Amino acid sequence: MYKLDSNGEVNPKDFSTEAESHDYIEDLAQIDGSDTAEFENVGVETDDSNRSATFILKDLSVVHCKSKQEGIEVLKITEAMDKYDWLKDYMWKDISPEKDIYTQQASESPGEGFFIRAEKGVVSKRPVQTCLHISKEGFAQNVHNIVIVEEGAELHVIAGCSTARHAERGLHIGVSEFYVKKGATLKYTMVHDWGEKIFVRPRTVTHVDEGGVYISNYISMKPVGSLQMNPITYLDGKDSIARFNSVLVAAGGTDMDTGSVVVLGAENARAEIISRAITTGGNIIARGSIIGNVPGVRGHLECKGLILNDGLLHAIPELEAHAPNVEMSHEAAVGKIDQREIEYLMARGLDEDEAISTIVRGFLNVDIEGLPPSLVRKLDRVIADTQDDMM
Amino acid sequence: MLRIEDLRVEIGGKAVLQNVNLHIPAGETHILFGPNGSGKTSLMLTIMGYSNYKVTRGRITFKGEDITYLPIHERARLGIGVSFQRPPTINGLSLRKMVEICSSDREANVDHLAEQVNLSSFLERDVNANLSGGEIKRSELLQLSAQQPDLVLLDEPESGVDLENIALLGESINALLNRGVKRSGSDVHKGMMQKRSKSALVITHTGHILDYITADRGQVLNNGVMQCSQNAREILKWIREYGYQECMTCTN
Ligand SMILES: Nc1ncnc2c1ncn2[C@@H]1O[C@H](COP(=O)(O)OP(=O)(O)OP(=O)(O)O)[C@@H](O)[C@H]1O
Ligand SMILES: [Mg+2]
Repeated sequence: MYKLDSNGEVNPKDFSTEAESHDYIEDLAQIDGSDTAEFENVGVETDDSNRSATFILKDLSVVHCKSKQEGIEVLKITEAMDKYDWLKDYMWKDISPEKDIYTQQASESPGEGFFIRAEKGVVSKRPVQTCLHISKEGFAQNVHNIVIVEEGAELHVIAGCSTARHAERGLHIGVSEFYVKKGATLKYTMVHDWGEKIFVRPRTVTHVDEGGVYISNYISMKPVGSLQMNPITYLDGKDSIARFNSVLVAAGGTDMDTGSVVVLGAENARAEIISRAITTGGNIIARGSIIGNVPGVRGHLECKGLILNDGLLHAIPELEAHAPNVEMSHEAAVGKIDQREIEYLMARGLDEDEAISTIVRGFLNVDIEGLPPSLVRKLDRVIADTQDDMM
Repeated sequence: MLRIEDLRVEIGGKAVLQNVNLHIPAGETHILFGPNGSGKTSLMLTIMGYSNYKVTRGRITFKGEDITYLPIHERARLGIGVSFQRPPTINGLSLRKMVEICSSDREANVDHLAEQVNLSSFLERDVNANLSGGEIKRSELLQLSAQQPDLVLLDEPESGVDLENIALLGESINALLNRGVKRSGSDVHKGMMQKRSKSALVITHTGHILDYITADRGQVLNNGVMQCSQNAREILKWIREYGYQECMTCTN
């Protein structure tokens, strides 16, 4: 039970799609202490003074859903479907329910999810935070999310996913569809904190219209049994931009197969995919794929990995050009920490451990725009833990 | 301050230094000459404790303590600092952070120190990333000025530095050594300097740096062997006039 088959797949039917319901919590400060800690681990602040809106899903139940800013709408997806007839055009638009066994499960037994929409021209003053949390042992959480950033609007979403400490096994299937309209900006910072026996299968498609900007930050530094995702972004509009930053840390028992695909489909579309991966005993496959379909597009892939003591790092950068006059490049490097860098720092007074953590911190220091301070602190803590794993 | 006795060093089984003796008293600046590949950088990195350089004989004492097998950071904390010839880039670590690391728990005004070596605009860049030869020298000195070592090891501090910056560099080095302006002071002044000034070992090919700093002594390293020890300017004159070939036959 709960084993990956020879194709690296897990059978969704082995998990339960039922869970007891949890009460709605009006005031974030009233959230249970142990939950609070787990939410905070993935960037969710229970003091929401720095947030425009909050959405929290625990197993099957939406326990909190509130927006504090006019023009930033946050609803349960089921409610949004009832409210907006047009929303069906955004559902399953470019992800087929038949894509794989997970999308199949998500369409057959739909759960909850969030609907976030920034109205035309509205700028989110603070990030919107969401948390998808599994607390029931053996639960399969099926989620469907839709984010729409209307013309000229700007939205930052901090999306956390976590598992309760007491829940060992679980499956998370997340179907997400993002729409960045003309001249709009979506910054989506995703933080994952799963567990050693949690299977995670996000399926995401993003469309970006003319002049739109999509920035995706992904951070996963805690063990995850099996994570497999390869979101696709279509740069459909002229001058549209996509940037991806990923920070992956895999301790023993972690299996990650992650990547990003960007399809450059319009004049002057530009994409950049940057990932930093560290393994201290786990397996990481870091993919990146840029497909240039029209002339005059640009893309760059950068994939760097460190094996700190043991583990697998497999960088798979791919470039595909279907038109003349495209500019696409990639850079991949996998290795260990350079002894000369360690000794240089030691010559400046750091002991060996301090030198290594300084180098690791620098390595992971991709410019993650707008990372909240709580996450920066978490990053530091994880780096310290990572080092303990190495020793 | 630093005493090296009968030192033999190997890299990957090959001897790079053999029978090196050197004594740098407190407050003295010594100049190290020698042709390319003679082992000058190796000597410095051995003093600092780099792992590639295996000491197979002899010993190094610093401030009376045997440091021959001490790890690098303990030597640094005891007060040895190096300006490296080819320091590595550390991605994601800014020069500012690096200078803060160097200053440890000493108070250091990073912006002020950077201004003095014309590196203000480099503070937020990754340490050593895409620096020119001259910029590397200044960046190394900036780090040392925060580190405040008692024994300063400078590996060709002036090579690749333009004429304008070399004066600036000389000034920084003097500041680092507590030497103040370069002039022969009165005896009282000298006494004060003796107590306060730092020790240094400076590698140079051109000797240009001698126009800016006061050298107490010069040594020539040849093929891993310390050849002679006398007035630095004398040595420079010899090397200029007769080359290292002649220098080698001299048995001073
Ligand atoms: N890490 C190393 N591995 C192998 N050989 C080395 C290493 N470092 C130095 N050597 C060799 O040791 C010898 C001494 O090198 P070193 O760098 O000390 O010379 P140097 O006197 O500083 O020369 P230069 O004036 O060119 O800087 C050279 O033959 C060099 O090739
Ligand atoms: Mg050298």
